[in-house]
Amino acid sequence: MIPAAFDYHRPGTLAEAVRLLNDDAKVLAGGHSLIPAMKLRLAQPKVIIDIAGIGDLNYIRERAGKLAIGAMTTHFDIESSNLLAEQCPLMTELAPQIGDVQVRNKGTIGGSLVHADPAADWPAAILALDAELDVTGPSGGRTVKAKDFFVDMLQSAVGPNEILTEIRVPATSRSVAYVKFAQKASGFAIAGVAVVAGKLTSVGVTGVAAKAYRAAAAEAALRSGASFSDAAQKAADGIDPLTDIHASGDFRAHLARVNTLRALERATARR
Amino acid sequence: MPATKTKPYIGQPLKRVEDPRLIKGIASYVDDLKMPGMLHMAILRSPYAHAKITGIKTTTAKAVPGVVAVLTGADVNDKCGPVPCAAAMPVPKVPKHTVLAGDRVYFVGHPVAVVVAADRYVLRDALDLIEVDYDALPAIADPEQALAKDAALAHPDFGTNVAYTWTLANGDLDAVFKAADRIVKQKMVHQRVTPMPIEPRGCLTSYHAGEGTMTLWTSTQVPHLIRTLVPGLIGIPENKMRVVAPEVGGGFGAKLQIYAEEILCCHLAQRLAAPVKWIESRRENASSTIHGRAQVGYYEVAVKKDGTVLAIKARSIADLGAYFQLLTPMIPTLTGLMLAGCYKLKAVRMDLTGVYTNTMATDAYRGAGRPEATYLVERLMDCVADELGLDPVKVRLKNFPKPSEFPFTTATGLVYDSGNYAGALKKAQQLAKWDALLKQRDTARKAGKIFGVGLSTYVEICALGPSKIMPAGGWEWGCVRIEISGKVTVITGTTPHGQGQETSFAQLVGDKLGVPMEDVVVLRGDTNVAHFGRDTYGSRTTVVGGMAIVMCIDKIIEKAGKLAAHLLGAKKVSFKNGTFVAGKKSIGWPQLAGEAYVAKNLPVGLEPGLEASAFYEPPNCTFPFGTHIVAVEIDRDTGQVKIVKYVAVDDCGPQINPLLVEGQVQGGIAHSIGQVLFERTVYDENGQLLTGEFMDYAMPRAGDIPVYIMGSTVTPSTSNALGIKGVGEAGTIGATPAIANAIIDALSPFGVRHLDLPLTPEKVWLALQKGGAR
Repeated sequence: MIPAAFDYHRPGTLAEAVRLLNDDAKVLAGGHSLIPAMKLRLAQPKVIIDIAGIGDLNYIRERAGKLAIGAMTTHFDIESSNLLAEQCPLMTELAPQIGDVQVRNKGTIGGSLVHADPAADWPAAILALDAELDVTGPSGGRTVKAKDFFVDMLQSAVGPNEILTEIRVPATSRSVAYVKFAQKASGFAIAGVAVVAGKLTSVGVTGVAAKAYRAAAAEAALRSGASFSDAAQKAADGIDPLTDIHASGDFRAHLARVNTLRALERATARR
Repeated sequence: MPATKTKPYIGQPLKRVEDPRLIKGIASYVDDLKMPGMLHMAILRSPYAHAKITGIKTTTAKAVPGVVAVLTGADVNDKCGPVPCAAAMPVPKVPKHTVLAGDRVYFVGHPVAVVVAADRYVLRDALDLIEVDYDALPAIADPEQALAKDAALAHPDFGTNVAYTWTLANGDLDAVFKAADRIVKQKMVHQRVTPMPIEPRGCLTSYHAGEGTMTLWTSTQVPHLIRTLVPGLIGIPENKMRVVAPEVGGGFGAKLQIYAEEILCCHLAQRLAAPVKWIESRRENASSTIHGRAQVGYYEVAVKKDGTVLAIKARSIADLGAYFQLLTPMIPTLTGLMLAGCYKLKAVRMDLTGVYTNTMATDAYRGAGRPEATYLVERLMDCVADELGLDPVKVRLKNFPKPSEFPFTTATGLVYDSGNYAGALKKAQQLAKWDALLKQRDTARKAGKIFGVGLSTYVEICALGPSKIMPAGGWEWGCVRIEISGKVTVITGTTPHGQGQETSFAQLVGDKLGVPMEDVVVLRGDTNVAHFGRDTYGSRTTVVGGMAIVMCIDKIIEKAGKLAAHLLGAKKVSFKNGTFVAGKKSIGWPQLAGEAYVAKNLPVGLEPGLEASAFYEPPNCTFPFGTHIVAVEIDRDTGQVKIVKYVAVDDCGPQINPLLVEGQVQGGIAHSIGQVLFERTVYDENGQLLTGEFMDYAMPRAGDIPVYIMGSTVTPSTSNALGIKGVGEAGTIGATPAIANAIIDALSPFGVRHLDLPLTPEKVWLALQKGGAR
């Protein structure tokens, strides 16, 4: 990799990292989105703040009935967490569907979420689980709800002077599923659907639109007693699906419906 | 005691002797080479498919500390180049292929300027500081649209996008078509694909001012062709040029080339008096290394009701790209030559139009014109079966020449050496458990599944080739030397780069000389070591390279026999298993080698040494063949195709190393899986390349590869003493139509007769939506 020149910092504390942040700086987590962009010089940050040196951003803990995941936790750590497998199995089902082993060994959940790639996998689960995300900036910390986290394509609610520190997901039953149709070249989602089934079933969809979304029409149909297949038909209602060389908007919307049905069936088959 | 061995090596599935160094990461590729004082070069490329360059400002880039040179076309185009094309085709207007663009750019990736610096960071920074002003011009990227009256012109000076037209016609086509019961017609698009070797291109050049010698290390399949053609393009005498191909991480035809960067890198080493290295990036590899396939055609088959295929008529458009690389205009003519497939036709005609577009040049990609031919012929055979309501297997069997009809002259004028097409088909059916497979299809369909079975019966042209059909010699050279220690050094003029001939040639030599393989070293890929050669492509290496080595061995044994007779005091000696025997006395290679080089006791008139070299001129090409059978299941809701059975039976004659044969076939099938299911190079309507990274260009991965059921039949070639045929491209040639036919068979209950590649989930799903009855 031959990126443009940049200053490199490896702060030891979160406070120091936040102090170093500015509009010309980029936070380096696992680097699996940032470094390819820098290699192509699509990203030319003047300052890199490597947060791998900050002591405690890599953990999976049970706290107050929720599962707290440090932003620097790798996909592989999540994939292999017994705690998550027991308490929030959607996370352990989704993680191994990301990239390949090399990517999962380096890539982090926090880095992926802040990058807000419209085809990344985590947003589907984060939305379906109604996760809470802790962000720290110069004026202290704040908590963002999943539904407010994804702002637009490649844009999250994390400001240029802020760092995502923790993701909290609830404990769920086993009735969850993540079903993904992958783009053949990159492995990213063309349509990835996460379902948390229950009294109020939630459906998170990624890869289909400019940002991941909750399939509100499908959820409403389920609440009013519609069959799975009828509800799944509404998985892309009100959505403006993306079109590119890998899939037309129509096909993406269709796959959102197919995978919603499959995820609903798979989730409810697990009790 | 002389070294002895008991078991023949030929026919053994031995592991490759080259693998340990490759697997351990201790092999030397171009980028592993370093020289004192070495500079790096980088190329600034056009972001436009077609534009006029109105100004280039290099002052800012030149001012970056550490930059050695920033040069444009005006600085170098009259000093080196142009990029050569060796295809002997009558083309009225050929664009001059300068190493850097002149005042226009003609494709995305077209080299515009070059920067040289010792530090690669400085190099890249300077590259970004070159300011080029472009006036964008209308571009044409689609070969069929390029023929429209109002189409934008790739080269406006030419007044047309047509580079050439070429016709191959044999037999009374019109009469045959008139007499036919039916004409089956189908348009087919053979999509453009990107070879994507894992190691991109790269080269290192060093000029020795005192000797006036140039050395070029380059990731190539063809160091000898480069040494033939490049000296004249850089002003160096041929005998002062050395070209070395170190380890090469994949070629597939993309490195059967002479590229602008190689010529430029040589020129800069001389001009700047320093070694210069260039390593291609993946994005450059996607935009500026040759592409493959890219043919559109309208095909017609004249048939009788009983399935007899009488003639094939093809009107084809070949997308050549903006410039000619080494063989660009010739490749689609190979499709014409193989248009008869493995069938007895009365007549054949191909009208080919080569078209310029504002895209990277197309050229040889694994199979080079033959996969295109096999694909269209084998798809057509299924279309014929479909229209006539006949069994696709029976249609094929009906039209094969019988084994007794070989040598068989095809309707295109080729003479196939040997063949038993029905034999390979029968073997494949046995391995596939054909009847059970058809029952499985019926059962699956009854259960509401989308299941298809397809096959292809193919023949290919290999061992290129007699010099009379090649642009610059189709012979091959070899040299075998028994060293003074008795060890054996073999030099081949072919340039294997992953095909495994360091192993298979050692097996051949080990058996013929009766020495342990471990004592044999095979050298290749350095023009100062292999003095002559025509290199590796067209599945030629084992056949023509191997036969040259056999000739050397024959010469050495003859000479050694004279020496042995002299030393044993016998009139006649016999040779077996590495030992010359006269009565009860015998002598082996180590003693003979010692005597031959110490040279104190030689028969009168016998030269010292035990070395022989030879040129082998093949009398004909070889024509391997086979049958692939594929079964697929398709996900009704997503259109995703799963290959549930894959059977490949290839007949490449006797196999020196069955493990290498199997590996070649498997790798070739993997290429086809990519091409059938997802690979495609995409330019948008403005000529922008949309598949410039692995993020967008889908390559087959290990998980995409099914379990192969492999088999072979053995029909020796009559063209060479070993009876061998070549196998490097067989998989790619046989697999594409077999997989496509299986998918179309699966979709046939939905009223689908043909779909163009790649058969992506979306395309398959759409076909299912639009299709007729279930």
